[in-house]
Amino acid sequence: MSVKKFLYVNRKAPYGTVYALESLEVVLIGAAFEQDVSLLFADDGVYQLTKGHDTKDLEMKNFSPAFSALGDYDVNKIFVEKESLEERGLTLEDLQHLTWEDEDEDWAEKDSIRLVSRAEVGELMETQDVILSF
Amino acid sequence: MKFTIQINEGPYTHEAADSAYQFTKAALEKGHEIYRVFFYHDGVNNATRFTTPPQDDRNIVNRWSELSEKHNLDLVVCVAAAQRRGIVDEDEQQRQGKDGNNIAPGFRISGLGQLVEGCIQSDRLMVFGD
Repeated sequence: MSVKKFLYVNRKAPYGTVYALESLEVVLIGAAFEQDVSLLFADDGVYQLTKGHDTKDLEMKNFSPAFSALGDYDVNKIFVEKESLEERGLTLEDLQHLTWEDEDEDWAEKDSIRLVSRAEVGELMETQDVILSF
Repeated sequence: MKFTIQINEGPYTHEAADSAYQFTKAALEKGHEIYRVFFYHDGVNNATRFTTPPQDDRNIVNRWSELSEKHNLDLVVCVAAAQRRGIVDEDEQQRQGKDGNNIAPGFRISGLGQLVEGCIQSDRLMVFGD
């Protein structure tokens, strides 16, 4: 099976609608297909990656710990749109510290999150074969 | 061109369910191939044969079943999304011990891998919904 470049675009806050959770489910299932996977978080989607989700009172499943497992699934290109963070008064410090281990460099721990500007998002999309938006 | 279609919204609330159908139909009429139609999120609600719209309205579910029969379309409903929303076929009915099933003709329930595989096999993925 050929390898394609997959970009998952996440634009919605985590618990207001089901899209964020069901996007993550596709990413995790899709990882088994050994494709070249990137994730983009933009607009309210940046809230999906913030630290300290507490969903107890919502009676909904807190799925944010799953993001830290993405590195183990070889999903290590996580793009976050800079302007979306700024517009919401957020910085990189407010997001989970997501890492992956590079087997080519003696399992060195590397950051998964890369900040991109809104202009760069367009360029990122240009390079993809498949764009799934949630 | 070979397409996979993804539908993320339920019928009658959101035009995405109609647009996906119109796109699929038009693409087939133009000689394109539809590799798979995948129903996800509330989109799984397009697959219940219990849908009964008023007589002067379109029947979104039957429309898919008819198009599927005519063109041998592969209409796939995401199993996890379907379980959450009560879309059940015979297998699921037995597995989950439900007292009935409601899937419309031409649809089948399967996993998310079918969406990813569709993306790999097709030239284009078209996503309908917000």
